[in-house]
Amino acid sequence: MSFIEANNLSVGYEGEAVAENICFAIGRGDYLCIVGENGSGKTTLMKTLLRLQKPLSGEIRYGEEGQIKEIGYLPQQTVVQKDFPASVKEIVISGFQKKCGLRPFYNKEEKHLAEVNMERMGISELQNRCYRDLSGGQQQRVLLARALCAAGDILLLDEPVSGLDPKVTADMYDLIEGLNKEGITIIMVSHDIGAAIRYASHILHIGETVFFGTKEEYLESPEGKYFLEKMTHGDGDVVSFL
Amino acid sequence: MAQLIYYLQFPFVRYAIIVGVAVALCSSLLGVTLVLKRFSFIGDGLSHVAFGAIAIASVLNISNNMLLVLPITIISAILLLRTGQNTKIKGDAAIAMISVGALAFGYLIMNIFSASSNLSGDVCTTLFGSTSILTLKPLDVWLSVGLSVVVIALFILFYNKIFAVTFDENFMKATGSRAQAYNLLIAVIIAVIIVLAMNLVGSLLISALVIFPALSAMRLFRSFKSVTIFSAVFSVVCALLGIVISILAGTPVGSTIVAADVVAFGICSLIGLILKRQ
Ligand SMILES: Nc1ncnc2c1ncn2[C@@H]1O[C@H](COP(=O)(O)OP(=O)(O)OP(=O)(O)O)[C@@H](O)[C@H]1O
Ligand SMILES: [Mg+2]
Repeated sequence: MSFIEANNLSVGYEGEAVAENICFAIGRGDYLCIVGENGSGKTTLMKTLLRLQKPLSGEIRYGEEGQIKEIGYLPQQTVVQKDFPASVKEIVISGFQKKCGLRPFYNKEEKHLAEVNMERMGISELQNRCYRDLSGGQQQRVLLARALCAAGDILLLDEPVSGLDPKVTADMYDLIEGLNKEGITIIMVSHDIGAAIRYASHILHIGETVFFGTKEEYLESPEGKYFLEKMTHGDGDVVSFL
Repeated sequence: MAQLIYYLQFPFVRYAIIVGVAVALCSSLLGVTLVLKRFSFIGDGLSHVAFGAIAIASVLNISNNMLLVLPITIISAILLLRTGQNTKIKGDAAIAMISVGALAFGYLIMNIFSASSNLSGDVCTTLFGSTSILTLKPLDVWLSVGLSVVVIALFILFYNKIFAVTFDENFMKATGSRAQAYNLLIAVIIAVIIVLAMNLVGSLLISALVIFPALSAMRLFRSFKSVTIFSAVFSVVCALLGIVISILAGTPVGSTIVAADVVAFGICSLIGLILKRQ
């Protein structure tokens, strides 16, 4: 039984599909990368997977129903209003909200883990700063730390490394790989095709044509070859990614 | 000072101060959430609904109008939050529609059915609160204080959840928390606060009580906790000042409190600017 399975899924807004015929199935502990051009519907698919919007047609099955409890999510864009008074610490720890259930306050362990996750993202020094006053990359790291707090079973990341500097990007990929090895399922949208091929176990390519398969299959597929060629400016040096 | 102590001997003055402080404290708590969720005018809208409800209550001759006004306001609050999420009618427009409608119907009903000889006086009282806070009976006081305690307790218990839905509702939903339920809770708390605050400042001035403390705190502080605490202190101090001044100078209670809020907001903005310069 797969962990998450999509059959003939169409996603879009107000009856207009932006991506159609999406089929994929992943198991617990897989690492799925979703790739595709701008506007191909990756973010829309993510939101549909998270049940923030309804699929236009087709279905999503969460195989082991009830077993996906702790979901971490990094949105591509978070509209935070001007002047919102929120410190980094307050935001990061709010990732534990689901685990809290009806318990009103965070417990010691959650406070400690929030510290650990801020440490991991290198934002410990910023913890009392106001979110609005941070740079784009710093804000991204705050939201990543929050996603880490929420993730227990699965982590969905929409372009996690956009806006991060090379060092943090590399750390980020290592961190995600580590979490995946601990058994957390990863679904990541990325334009970084190199990283996708290096780390992912499965690739979902959406656009004119839809491809789903393991990364080895992807490298052999027409979509994969075409996309790779464009991404590598035609020198086609796939091996250097691996 | 001596005059103040003299006035404090009267129970109705003490009642006014107790209720004033309780209501001011409550109304400041959700201010930040309302301002940030762009629901600042929900206070306005609901207070007009409450005005309509009071009109009905007075026509029906119900002695304790809170029994009618509270449920009606709570239901409207829930409806408003619901439509606020509907894309067809935007939140702001829905609030404007309901509030103006209720205001018009309330006045119409009072005009047609009221037996009172002093109609404009009645309307003025409901809109601006005027003297009603000085005529509180012990039952009103206990009711107000009781509701305030419930509101404060709910706010503290759900503080972390209120922060989370205010900051990023989508994240809450995506991770499987019941964001909708917490929105509902916020709506109910707001409705209770509005009905409470009607006594103090009347329906036209309630928004001021909700918004000024939050906006002032946001000029000075940068974390949710500090903003919340400062708003509460700000609101209580302004309410106390307003009540004392109105007793000493004989000005209307509601507008004096709001005037105190406006002046204090000005001071906070100024301090905020100076701090930024440095
Ligand atoms: N809220 C919305 N309402 C209507 N259409 C939308 C909405 N959001 C996005 N779209 C449209 O849906 C299409 C897919 O958008 P989506 O954000 O899913 O793309 P994406 O693959 O994530 O692109 P990117 O790589 O730029 O992040 C776009 O054509 C966009 O114009
Ligand atoms: Mg996107």
